[in-house]
Amino acid sequence: MKKAVQINVNGTTRETEVEPRLLLVHYLRDVLGLTGTHVGCETSLCGACTVTVDGQAVKSCTMFAVQADGSNITTIEGLAHDGELHPVQEGFWERHGLQCGYCTPGMIMAAAQLLERNHAPTREEIRHGLEGNLCRCTGYQHIVEAVEYASKAVNREP
Amino acid sequence: MARYVGQRVKRTEDPRLIKGLAHYVDDIRLPDTLHVAFVRSIYAHARINGVDAGEALKAPGVVAIFTGKDVSEKIGPVPCASALPELKVPDHRVLATDKVYFVGHPIAAVVAADAYAARDAAELLMVDYEELPAVVNAEEAAQGGAVIHEQFGSNVAYKLTAGEGDIVAALASADRRIKQRIINQRLAPVAMEPRGVLARYLPGEQELTVWSSTQIPHLLRTQLALMIGIPENKLRVITPEVGGGFGSKLNVYAEEALLGWISMQLGRPAKWIETRRENMQATIHGRGQVGEIEIGCKADGTVTGLRYNVVADLGAYHQLLTPAIPTLTGLMLSGAYKIPAIQINVTGVFTNKMATDAYRGAGRPEATYVVERAIDLVAAELGLDPVAVRRRNFPAPEEFPFKTATGLFYDSGNYEGALAKALENAGYERLREEQRAAREQGRIVGIGVSTYVEICALGPSQAMPAGGWESATVRIEPTGTVTVLTGASPHGQGQETSFAQLAADELGVDMGDVTVVHGDTAIVQYGIGTFGSRATAVGGTAVFVAIEKLKEKASKIAAHMLGTDAANVVFAEGVFSIKETKKAAAAAGDGKAADADSDEVPEPVVPVGEGPAGALPEPETEGRKKVSIQEVALAAHLARELPPDTEPGLSATYFFEPKNFTFPFGTHIAVVEIDRETGEVKFQRYVAVDDCGRVINPMLVDGQVQGGIVQSIGQALYEEVVYDEQGQLITGTLMDYAVPRAKMIPWFELDRTETPTDVNPLGVKGVGEAGTIGATPAIVNAVVDALSPFGVRHIDMPIRPEAVWRIINSSDE
Repeated sequence: MKKAVQINVNGTTRETEVEPRLLLVHYLRDVLGLTGTHVGCETSLCGACTVTVDGQAVKSCTMFAVQADGSNITTIEGLAHDGELHPVQEGFWERHGLQCGYCTPGMIMAAAQLLERNHAPTREEIRHGLEGNLCRCTGYQHIVEAVEYASKAVNREP
Repeated sequence: MARYVGQRVKRTEDPRLIKGLAHYVDDIRLPDTLHVAFVRSIYAHARINGVDAGEALKAPGVVAIFTGKDVSEKIGPVPCASALPELKVPDHRVLATDKVYFVGHPIAAVVAADAYAARDAAELLMVDYEELPAVVNAEEAAQGGAVIHEQFGSNVAYKLTAGEGDIVAALASADRRIKQRIINQRLAPVAMEPRGVLARYLPGEQELTVWSSTQIPHLLRTQLALMIGIPENKLRVITPEVGGGFGSKLNVYAEEALLGWISMQLGRPAKWIETRRENMQATIHGRGQVGEIEIGCKADGTVTGLRYNVVADLGAYHQLLTPAIPTLTGLMLSGAYKIPAIQINVTGVFTNKMATDAYRGAGRPEATYVVERAIDLVAAELGLDPVAVRRRNFPAPEEFPFKTATGLFYDSGNYEGALAKALENAGYERLREEQRAAREQGRIVGIGVSTYVEICALGPSQAMPAGGWESATVRIEPTGTVTVLTGASPHGQGQETSFAQLAADELGVDMGDVTVVHGDTAIVQYGIGTFGSRATAVGGTAVFVAIEKLKEKASKIAAHMLGTDAANVVFAEGVFSIKETKKAAAAAGDGKAADADSDEVPEPVVPVGEGPAGALPEPETEGRKKVSIQEVALAAHLARELPPDTEPGLSATYFFEPKNFTFPFGTHIAVVEIDRETGEVKFQRYVAVDDCGRVINPMLVDGQVQGGIVQSIGQALYEEVVYDEQGQLITGTLMDYAVPRAKMIPWFELDRTETPTDVNPLGVKGVGEAGTIGATPAIVNAVVDALSPFGVRHIDMPIRPEAVWRIINSSDE
């Protein structure tokens, strides 16, 4: 029994019929073809699937697509604007905040939302804010530096 | 000359990754793809009395179900590449038939129209199990009791003794002998991207393409061709983006062969993406050594001998390198020290668990842990500073190449240099004073030192199961861009960047004009892959030498274009020019040579996108004294005016065979404080000085070191794969298996010394595993140091707060 949902993803509203049990992450990846959002554990422990739903960071493996009906979603593909990288993306590139890149989209989405809440987080606050996202490659230090870089960039903006 | 090498160059891989536009296996979409879900054993050890697929076959979307009976005669066994004397090798079929040997052992493959349907149907498949006694404890399994593989009569897969020197005499001559039981617990590699396979068979072309998240595309192709029975030249393996490996994807897995075979049976693409639970159950684990060390020393701290008796928990089957890992431990038991006599006695034991195999460091972290703990035990026994004991046993820089009692020749090293720098950076003397003051206040503070050496750049082919060389092809295309094909298979380490840095400098071109291609057996010449900290030291050297060959040819063509001999041509910054003779130089003094300087190299040679494609313009060289390497490349492809007996084209391939391993080293210092109330270990400082030889990109080296240290912190404090007495996996999800999170990690104060190697012309040693090898003992030594007032000489990993709390609360201090 499919349900009709209307979800705005990265600025475009899509109307789709989905199975009620379809996970949001699979809706994004398999229905919309937005494969930048990754699945790392299916249990909301690793954060690789993080997107924002109505401005809040959400692990899209533990939400059904039908629960997102009527929502505005931003995925990693929608973060850059007019070819301009988001400051967090820029920070990750500048400060070598990624290696294999698999956790990166979720990590960037979580960091972007962290900076929405707190424009100038301390290193401790950054670490705390990213506790829901696992990275096995970087050891986190360059990620912390990437978010600091982004925070400075955000605060420079008028 | 070096415009890029040695610089903190931003990675060329990153734009696609930070925008979410990269393609991992699961991101590759082929029309008509079928999805596979595996039914896996829920018991550690059981007889299978029957498999009933009836209900599952009727489930919506199901296309086929394959059980062990369907495939075991059709697909060859999962390979083990280790050849040890009298090694027992069980027949490891891709699906279980009569028995299952570990939780997660695959029993059936369910093929359906989509992943949801496949997983639904997998739950309907009925397996009739008859549970058998599980063999879980490796030490007990070595002694007797239930036997896993009945044909071998016992659970011992092999016994091996290695090392040189008279260990009995060495220990007898010691003033003190110290024994310690020591455990390297089982760990899970936990690459953030689980494994995944997509296979597509084209019945007309009779070609099979397998996309797999692997570290070894070429070795995998060879093995899969043998397993499936398809000609190797009809099989293409592609590693798209790979989301971390850490050794867990340095393997050949049952699922990879099955997916290829299933696609061939059904004539449609087939995909399987591992779930995290499967990843914890059925992707290789690491470590898993329980042993006893005995170390002898003189009263001044000089080590006379070291013996390590170890039981290695191999799991139920041998994966690619399972039995070989403890032999690497044996090789590295000399650590950074002159130890006259060393002996390792390994007993490799089958257990009803997933196989252990190469996890970041692969046998070397175990050795370093053993040696660095042993040195601290000597210091504690003699009441000496652990730094002093280390210094007493270091070989001096002039003693290199240094031969160990384990049969290795360490290439180069200055262990005192790295130690001194680390001590200075940490302020070691001040830290000890602060520790004394803290203890007087009742605080529990410890300082741990590790002066590690590791073995990298694996390695000479003599020492490797399937070749220790690496390959590269470098070519300059007609329009002047450079393509580097490497047989290494980077999956996060950043060689698309570092190899481009190297090539751009050596060819005098912009980095943006260099593309590094890897991980496709149809495009790249045969290679070995990325593991054992080898990609840059071995693969980078292959790139370097290929460029040398290419430049040699280019130089001949350039000389011909300039109307002179190759001996008269020099190459610098991308330009071949006629050597200035003494006469010309003198003439330059008269201002007559000004023409030569004004002979600007036209750029770009072929203005891509600025005119209609078609016949390419011949470089105009009449009367010129310089030509760019891009012009030479164009001339080489047009091939109208080449020197006699010159092959057209501008490409060179080189297979580099290293003459030895490399031996990076360094000093790690951890400072911890223990919370008296909770037993929790908190870092105060973490200082490291690593020496990995010459550095191509310091930013990437820092990243490797930091990531490595965090995996060490995981082993020291948090991570352990736990099976219960029935062989059930207790740590089956990331809720139960504690991968370190950002908040658990201190700020790393990193520094380097640089001692080049002469094993390769780059002087590069390798750095992929250093952090994971060097850091674990520094952390444990710090905790033991903190707890020494409570009479503690050793504590087992992972150091859980509960264990620490019990020590604090059951002792009189």
